[in-house]
Amino acid sequence: MKNIFLFIRRYFTFFAFLALQAVALWFLFNYNRFHRAKGLGWANEITGRINSQFDKGEDFFNLKEENKRVHRTNDSLMNLLRGNFIKPDTSNRFVKDSIPYDTLGHYRRYIWRDAKVVYTSVNADKNYIQLNRGSNAGIKDNMAVINSDGSAVGVVVNVSPNFCQVMSLLHVQNKVKGELKKSGDFGTVEWDGKDPRYLTLKDIPGSVKIEKGDTVLTSKVSFNFPPGFMIGTIQEVIADKSTNFYVLKIKTAANFYNLQQVFVVENIQYDEQVKLNEATKKKIEDPKNNQP
Amino acid sequence: MSDLLRNIIRFAFFIAAQHYVLNRVPHLHQYIVPYIYYLFILWLPFSISRINLLIVGFITGLTLDYFTNQIGVHAAACTLVAYIRPFVINILAPKDSSEFNYREPSPKAMGWTPYLVYALILTVFHHGYMTFLQWLQFGSFLDFLVKVVSTTGISMLLIITTELLFPRRLKFRTNTA
Repeated sequence: MKNIFLFIRRYFTFFAFLALQAVALWFLFNYNRFHRAKGLGWANEITGRINSQFDKGEDFFNLKEENKRVHRTNDSLMNLLRGNFIKPDTSNRFVKDSIPYDTLGHYRRYIWRDAKVVYTSVNADKNYIQLNRGSNAGIKDNMAVINSDGSAVGVVVNVSPNFCQVMSLLHVQNKVKGELKKSGDFGTVEWDGKDPRYLTLKDIPGSVKIEKGDTVLTSKVSFNFPPGFMIGTIQEVIADKSTNFYVLKIKTAANFYNLQQVFVVENIQYDEQVKLNEATKKKIEDPKNNQP
Repeated sequence: MSDLLRNIIRFAFFIAAQHYVLNRVPHLHQYIVPYIYYLFILWLPFSISRINLLIVGFITGLTLDYFTNQIGVHAAACTLVAYIRPFVINILAPKDSSEFNYREPSPKAMGWTPYLVYALILTVFHHGYMTFLQWLQFGSFLDFLVKVVSTTGISMLLIITTELLFPRRLKFRTNTA
């Protein structure tokens, strides 16, 4: 017994080293599976506070660029005003309301909230963006994030009371559904971790006609993104002969180098859609239900 | 200024420089990621005990981890650096105690060549281990090798620049302190 204590005391530093390594690796592998780690909630609060202080100073240098972008968006919205159009018929009525459904029975599906980026990076394999809205503002996991000029940015993966973390499109685990504007074929948008200006669109069948410069939009089949918002334009078409699918190199529409103001978009029916999807899988794949 | 206060200021400075400057500059290439924050561990005084060194290293890494959201990567690498540091110093520092008069490792205390060897060994361990952990999750073997070499190169460049720009005024270690 005495010898054991002597042994431990002699190699105490080494054991301490092993213990700290074990803690670090446990953090590493647990976190990447669940997007969670011990103490990440309060750590997120603290880093968020520091980041937003820093961001106040940084804003100053980006004001001009941001102003231009917001103005462009405003401009495009001004064009949609009713005052720009002359009605041919007085029986036509244009109804727009903010309540869940209008008198024609249109249900509201997406709610938009504005948010401000307090931290962003493009240099890592796994880039996260921090926003200044959290669960206090009704932000939940899996909401879509769209830039002030209407281009896709990422998906919320973690929330604390006043801040949230967004998994950027520039994240090697990112999988967002995208579709071609021309033909409507959809595939998966991924990132290969190399150049932050380019994404990859996969799973588009080789029979579709594609040209350089075609637009890629967020897809109708996506649960979290509202359809029709720009992801990017096709920069290079590579046909994969062995699988007869394209691998498309896409130039991102959002400028990830200077994100400032963004929208967080909530799909009100998200939970219902996911639940139905899972329930269907269970119902069909359960051998009990498959007996004739 | 006491050692403790000096090192706390350094800690804040290194983490801020790493997170707000080096992680945010548009990078030259996907393989070249500039790292400098672990120079904080290299600059800790000679007199720090090994167990304290380990704990300080772990906390340094974990702080940067919480900022960059890759929990565990930097913490593991920094703990390794902190564990190896005393061995490297033992090999490189002058054996004659009369020459071994300064408080912390610096080009002036150890001489330029031993100091650069010291920095190079720890840099290779830090980047090698960190890139290895990232490679386990993503990337190819060639990527891993190229990334370690190029990142080590840029980090050594940064360390030399830092040493030339901020020569530390070091006091002799005295009995009265």
